[in-house]
Amino acid sequence: MFTTPTLTKLQRYAGTVSLVVALATSAFARAAEPMGFDEARHLLNRTSFAANADDIDAFAKLTRAQAVDQLLAWTASNKVATPAPAWVNDFESPRRLRGMSAEDRKLAQRMQVEKGAELRGWWMTEMLTTPSPLTEKMVLFWHNHFVSSLQKVKSPVLMYRQQLLLRKHALGYFGDMLHDVSKDPAMVIYLDNASNRKAQPNENFAREVMELFTLGEGNYGEQDIKEAARAFTGWSFDPDSGDFVLRPLIHDDGVKTVLGRSGNFDGDAVLDILLARPATAEFVVAKLWREFVSPAPEPAEVKRIARMFRDNRYNIKVALRALLTADAFYAPQSRAALIKSPVELIVGTLRQFRFETGEVLPFVLASRQLGQDLFAPPNVKGWPGGEAWINSATLLQRKQFLERLFRAQEMREPLMAMSRAAGDNVKGIGKVEDGRQRLTRAMMDIHFDGDKWLSQYRPGDSQVVKVVLAAEPANQPATGARGADLLRQLVLDPVYQLK
Amino acid sequence: MHRRKFLSALGATAVVSWLPRAACAGPAGRYDNVLILVELKGGNDGLNTVVPYADNDYYNLRPRIAIARDQVLQLDGSAGLHPALQPLMPLWQNRELAVVQSIGYPSANLSHFRSIEIWDTASKSTEYLSDGWLTRAFVDSPVPKAYAADGIIVGSGELGPLAGGGTRALALTNTEQFLRQSKLAGSEGASRNPALSHILKVEQDVVQAAVNLNSTYPFRAEFPNSPLGNAFKTAAQVIASKAGVAVVKITHNGFDTHSNQQATQQRLLKELAEGLVAMRVAMQEIGRWDATMMMTYCEFGRRPKENQSGGTDHGTANAHFALGGRIKGGLYGLPPALARLDGNGNLPFAIDFRDMYATALERWWGLNSAVALNGRFRALDLLKA
Repeated sequence: MFTTPTLTKLQRYAGTVSLVVALATSAFARAAEPMGFDEARHLLNRTSFAANADDIDAFAKLTRAQAVDQLLAWTASNKVATPAPAWVNDFESPRRLRGMSAEDRKLAQRMQVEKGAELRGWWMTEMLTTPSPLTEKMVLFWHNHFVSSLQKVKSPVLMYRQQLLLRKHALGYFGDMLHDVSKDPAMVIYLDNASNRKAQPNENFAREVMELFTLGEGNYGEQDIKEAARAFTGWSFDPDSGDFVLRPLIHDDGVKTVLGRSGNFDGDAVLDILLARPATAEFVVAKLWREFVSPAPEPAEVKRIARMFRDNRYNIKVALRALLTADAFYAPQSRAALIKSPVELIVGTLRQFRFETGEVLPFVLASRQLGQDLFAPPNVKGWPGGEAWINSATLLQRKQFLERLFRAQEMREPLMAMSRAAGDNVKGIGKVEDGRQRLTRAMMDIHFDGDKWLSQYRPGDSQVVKVVLAAEPANQPATGARGADLLRQLVLDPVYQLK
Repeated sequence: MHRRKFLSALGATAVVSWLPRAACAGPAGRYDNVLILVELKGGNDGLNTVVPYADNDYYNLRPRIAIARDQVLQLDGSAGLHPALQPLMPLWQNRELAVVQSIGYPSANLSHFRSIEIWDTASKSTEYLSDGWLTRAFVDSPVPKAYAADGIIVGSGELGPLAGGGTRALALTNTEQFLRQSKLAGSEGASRNPALSHILKVEQDVVQAAVNLNSTYPFRAEFPNSPLGNAFKTAAQVIASKAGVAVVKITHNGFDTHSNQQATQQRLLKELAEGLVAMRVAMQEIGRWDATMMMTYCEFGRRPKENQSGGTDHGTANAHFALGGRIKGGLYGLPPALARLDGNGNLPFAIDFRDMYATALERWWGLNSAVALNGRFRALDLLKA
């Protein structure tokens, strides 16, 4: 069982990190003043999964630049504290399936599904417990940028390795990440570069690397894709070790012309050509803007920040610092302007209210049900996000999820009675449980004490609403609502879906 | 003239909401004709669904998984249905089942995700669109506000052809659950915050639909006891509600049969046929069969040559069904050209999938299809006048 930590506890770990007063990125006087409660709440809510009152108070005393530098300093360690699943070093060759009996194959597929669930649980546990939520948000951002999916890659080990790679570069240098991801075995499989060979090029990777990873649509031609695909021929993987391998025999070493430049390019040379284009920096910054700032990037600001990004060797921290200190980030129209992703809603709620939970599986499944199946984005474009997160089914499911969470305490007794009546030995050890039993037990393991949580506020303190919601509630809570009941009303308000 | 322009010329957009249903049936937007799309998710193997049983190439390409000649339910001298589709034979004999062969599109994409996106958005293989084809149609010619929703999605959270902001698309599992959960929605008001106004709109769509839907029509039709059967039942309940919807999308999962295809497809096609037939009975009960058109679709067909695992890999052109009380039964399109496979061993197409959409838009709803489909496509002559 674990309890989700608050930032305040963690601040103590990071207490020795000195606050560097960064050069103000804008000439506005505001930047030199303490940011105050509202801005601190806004910043923490966007960069961590949720913010509580103590953290907000601590950050309120800092300037924007100090606050952002503090958050970035906390990302310094990209080590994962959550123990990795036991099997992550045991790559299983896809070849093993050949010649298997139908039954064995089914068993192998079942194992795969089981491992996929463990992998998702591993990451979600890290998100729930990390001292640096911003790190996880960035890993999630890159997972949704350099998309690969378990559905196609079919190897939880390779997806785990890709995740470590994204983690390594999440707040490092975008160019390094692009080069490494392009040679990542999961990516090589996902975008079919494994079958991209001289004289029989497969254009899938070449197209997506330009369209979705670097330049963006409209900044290249079909001929550029064809030529670039030739440069990536032979970038493959070894089905026995699961490692990247360069196969010179199927590599096309002729002259290619990509974006007006000609030469005997290999894949790395093409990636460098893509990185040299201003469009790449602008494409990535605009995407970061939509993730952190608002759904509508401001072209002039994107250009300004993209220039800094590119001039600093694509240092991701530079871009992030510029975005998070920009006036546009704090502008009224940017507040509560973004819709929480399922992961943000789930992890944020559990962290915000310090839920005690047992098994992480129900939250992994809830995230999938709400439309965000970790390690399995719907396609290479990733989760479209924004308003697409909310339809009638997902909105009702979000509300039902929240409602159940806040009623978990009162539901425990009835659930236990039900499972006793059904004759389930829910605490049975060594028994193979079916998914339903695991879920029931996990629901019984959720603990939340609304009164205790609220005791950090004076009764009737309007601060509670300001901490929980990013804007005024759409429905005012019923007068006299208190305890878990008040909190339930707040989280069921449509504004709770916003960040 | 487009419906929207027509209405705004009258300055009477709001009038639609109190017009009785019959008054909506006009030269444009005959949305009292309901369209039911059945997605065969994963890519149904069309060659073992509509079997070219007189073609030797078919048996040569599929020594293990071909449907034997004497098992096939013959439609004519060359095409026959998979035996699991036996329940559909009365519809065929009654000329209510159209079988359309060799549906596809140029430069086929063999990725599930990308190809279904192409189908859902009616895009070219090389273009990315974010709105579904039905969304574009409904933005251009709105479904009357009195309807419970423009469309409902059953059995999947994916809005597919209804994706994008312009529609009232309800995703639901069953009407009872929806009505129960809908009590959690109830916010009113509007907002200048676009994200919040989207959420408020969805809440209001839910509330409006919940008011107009009921889950209690006592159908005598027996829906099969399967997820698909339940989805059809939900669809029937919604259609039986006074307010109705213009379109229903139902997802039938599990067609990605890379290995041991026979048993899986047998079961899935049986469920499909039983579900379609139950739906027909239900629609006849409420006098709506003549106003119902059901169409199957999916991302792609499967490769003619079987693979080493008793299954089939991703392919291109495919066969699909259209059925309803006003469908002109028969065979459409062209038989699979097994002698003209491409370099990957896949079939050429003869009917663009957007021709099917044009059929629904123009012939079923009386709309101009060019806006929704970003171009001109040929509607098929599938419907009785």
